[in-house]
Amino acid sequence: MKLTLKIWRQGGKYKGEFVTYQLNDVNEHMSFLEMLDVLNEQLVHQREEPVAFEHDCREGICGTCSLVIDGRAHGPMKGTTTCQVHMRHYKDGDTIVIEPFRARAFPVIKDLVVDRSSFDRIIQSGGYVSVNTGQAQDANNIPIGKDVAGKSFDAAACIGCGACVAACPNASAMLFTSAKISHLALLPQGQVERKQRVLDMVAQMDLEGFGKCSNVTACEAECPKEISVENIARMNREYMAASFTAEKV
Amino acid sequence: MAAESKLNSKVPAGTLTDKWKTYKSTAPLVSPNNKRRIDVIVVGSGLAGASAAASLGELGYNVKVFTFHDSPRRAHSIAAQGGINAAKNYRNDGDSVYRLFYETIKGGDYRAREGNVHRLAEVSGNIIDQCVAQGVPFAREYGGLLDNRSFGGTQVSRTFYARGQTGQQLLIGAYQALSRQIAAGTVTMYNRHEMQDVVLVDGKARGIIARNLLTGELERHGGHAVVLASGGYGNVFYLSTNAMMCNVTAAWRAHRRGAYFANPCYTQIHPTCIPVSGDYQSKLTLMSESLRNDGRCWVPKKAEDCKKHPNDIPEADRDYYLERRYPAFGNLVPRDIASRAAKMVCDEGRGVGSTGLAVYLDFADAINRLGKDVVEARYGNLFEMYEKIAGENPYERPMRIYPAVHYTMGGLWVDYELMTTVPGLYAAGEANFSDHGANRLGASALMQGLADGYFVLPYTIGSYLSNDIRTGAISTDSPEFEAAEKDVNDRIQRLMGIGGKQSVESFHRRLGKIMWDKCGMARNEQGLKEAIVEIRALRAEYWKDVFVPGSTSEYNPELEKALRVADFMELGELMCMDALDRKESCGGHFREEYQTEEGEALRDDKDFMYAAAWEWKGEDKEQELHKEKLEYEVVKVSQRSYK
Ligand SMILES: Cc1cc2nc3c(=O)[nH]c(=O)nc-3n(C[C@H](O)[C@H](O)[C@H](O)COP(=O)(O)OP(=O)(O)OC[C@H]3O[C@@H](n4cnc5c(N)ncnc54)[C@H](O)[C@@H]3O)c2cc1C
Ligand code: SF4
Ligand code: FES
Repeated sequence: MKLTLKIWRQGGKYKGEFVTYQLNDVNEHMSFLEMLDVLNEQLVHQREEPVAFEHDCREGICGTCSLVIDGRAHGPMKGTTTCQVHMRHYKDGDTIVIEPFRARAFPVIKDLVVDRSSFDRIIQSGGYVSVNTGQAQDANNIPIGKDVAGKSFDAAACIGCGACVAACPNASAMLFTSAKISHLALLPQGQVERKQRVLDMVAQMDLEGFGKCSNVTACEAECPKEISVENIARMNREYMAASFTAEKV
Repeated sequence: MAAESKLNSKVPAGTLTDKWKTYKSTAPLVSPNNKRRIDVIVVGSGLAGASAAASLGELGYNVKVFTFHDSPRRAHSIAAQGGINAAKNYRNDGDSVYRLFYETIKGGDYRAREGNVHRLAEVSGNIIDQCVAQGVPFAREYGGLLDNRSFGGTQVSRTFYARGQTGQQLLIGAYQALSRQIAAGTVTMYNRHEMQDVVLVDGKARGIIARNLLTGELERHGGHAVVLASGGYGNVFYLSTNAMMCNVTAAWRAHRRGAYFANPCYTQIHPTCIPVSGDYQSKLTLMSESLRNDGRCWVPKKAEDCKKHPNDIPEADRDYYLERRYPAFGNLVPRDIASRAAKMVCDEGRGVGSTGLAVYLDFADAINRLGKDVVEARYGNLFEMYEKIAGENPYERPMRIYPAVHYTMGGLWVDYELMTTVPGLYAAGEANFSDHGANRLGASALMQGLADGYFVLPYTIGSYLSNDIRTGAISTDSPEFEAAEKDVNDRIQRLMGIGGKQSVESFHRRLGKIMWDKCGMARNEQGLKEAIVEIRALRAEYWKDVFVPGSTSEYNPELEKALRVADFMELGELMCMDALDRKESCGGHFREEYQTEEGEALRDDKDFMYAAAWEWKGEDKEQELHKEKLEYEVVKVSQRSYK
């Protein structure tokens, strides 16, 4: 199939603009990123600079790929990362618009590549259980109900991609942050630091310049791991409870 | 040309079960106030690197961690699906430290070091404890206790798992431990920094040269010891199940500075991957080995049935070739055996799919026996992934699978302490060669990476660093750092200056094709000799005709790739040399000249019971082979049989 691509280019000779490219021979079995590989091969042959985009595992788990495709973070399909979108969902003659994940807290580095290190700093502010290597008890001394473990897992499945931020009109990071809060708050291992964790992580989130949540829930709709907005509700409850009762010692 | 010089495995004396205990209780220590004065560089933030860095930070060392990723959480370990082994014997099915040790040695086709493997089995249980304490949500039973599944090459159930995302959850656990140390200030994180060289001062590893991938600047970083946890080199084949960025540069640059590279030819070809569909293909997707617990491998008995819809082929016309050939282990034979069996039936013309290079993995029986719900609970996300990529529904039609490059058992040679042949330079995780011999059992890489990082390295590195408490900070103004930086810069300038006509990618594809055709699932003398000639020619062409766009002083992924592919080409040649030299078949290394009448691998223990460690001798010079003889004191060496 033949496709027209309108791609955001920024850096080098591009000031920040859409550039149009034609691809004449796209195979329907290709993945979306393989289609971009073909474009980049073509550009290298024309001695042009290829389009910078990030990717690594190409199987939907590392969270490296991004891209807003025709206005949607990670493209048209529910529960799917960009690297798992295949060209069989497009047809001959389509025009596809490709942009980076945009947010104040995700500055553009080049073309479609953005800086998501703010997510790391949110985790560093408290998204862990404080246990040193060697301090653990036998694993089966901590029984955890199957359903609780499952719920915690649902939240822990977040891949840290940032689509929730890109999808949100306020560029809020509530879904990402609340996923970590939930993962740990639901488990017995997470109890000791539960209150301090939520206070610190929310504070860091605000410090990074992410917006406030106004319950649009676009984050859940675009999240490739289908992380539920219930986590945001849980985080809000945790935060309220902690604000009233946490003691700094 | 072989020599046994320099290779001292340093396995402690004493009975196998006491070696590690004795080592731990007698190793020299660094006192807490001295640890603060010692800098350790860790390259890599995968399971091995993140666990090592977090543990070293907790102990009080100053740690600097480098990753070319934008965040430590992106390391390739994140993609591991199936699970992690541990000899917990929670199932009461006869598992023990000894059994895990024995099965790892046997699975590795008697080409691994007993002392290291026993230690691995000993600490395996602690890993699960540690991960659970961090909040890793492993699968559980209704009673709330941990669940297990079986993996290939074993007859017990010792694999712990977290749905089909075990690697992700383990890495997030290690990443969180690392994040805690970053917040505490013991670890400094250098994201988007790629190590380009290690720097030796007075023969010891004292730092690295790293390229800041955003600015292109070369940076010097000093340390009292350097740990490489930079992962495997399967991408030398271009197509593999590895993440796109996995590469050999860190290990290869260390090799060129004196670290021996061991058993480079031992490559694991994973039996269950989604087959290649076209020449635009950029990577291959693994379907976890756990699927073989319930999926049955088959091909049509008759070649003329291969193009039929699988559901139209009656039971009597199907060949369940693994169950037929290996009744004791059936579909759960080790990976090397399953892969070769698939190749064999396809070579006979009985492969399926449009290319004829695929076999069926069928769940119909499991769905009938257990119900769709149970199958979905076990493998739901894998089935979904298959459907996304292949466009077919595996609940209704058997999956098509074919072997693909997956893991590299070879890597930097290390002794019992995980130190390479360069003093102060360590290698951990997939980057070293240590524990899997000629073939790795499923769910053992995660175990090894975390064993190295959490429980081995923090002890062993201390005994080396105990000599460094008075050294003081390592200056990066020395002539050694200057020279190393200049080497890196020269190489970059040379690549940028070629201005040829061909893309880096096209060279990588060509290299991959040579490797897969001639140094892949089956190898022979003639093919390997041809491969060496072809790779040399390709390399010469590369340095004359590659085109790297952009400039050196900006974010330039093409340049990053160009540097990595240059190293892959040198490694590819060494892999072929090693495969040529090993005139036997063992584990993942199958030489067509050496097989039994039934087509099984034929080892030659008399002449080849050694680890091959190659020494770099300089540009365009033959590398020198050193042999570490393997002694089996406890395990009785025998022909591997899964029949
Ligand atoms: C699809 C797939 C599924 C798997 N499933 C399983 C499984 O179920 N069970 C199992 O046991 N094993 C499994 N494995 C194998 C296992 O995942 C890997 O062997 C293991 O995770 C490797 O971990 P590592 O820490 O050694 O390296 P990696 O996780 O590869 O990490 C390497 C790190 O080094 C960094 N790095 C590399 N070079 C440089 C450089 N020059 N400069 C700076 N940084 C550098 C990278 O950025 C990265 O942080 C699987 C592998 C694949 C491909
Ligand atoms: S919550 Fe979803 S969209 Fe947001 S970072 Fe996690 S996986 Fe990505
Ligand atoms: S490239 Fe890893 S999630 Fe898309």
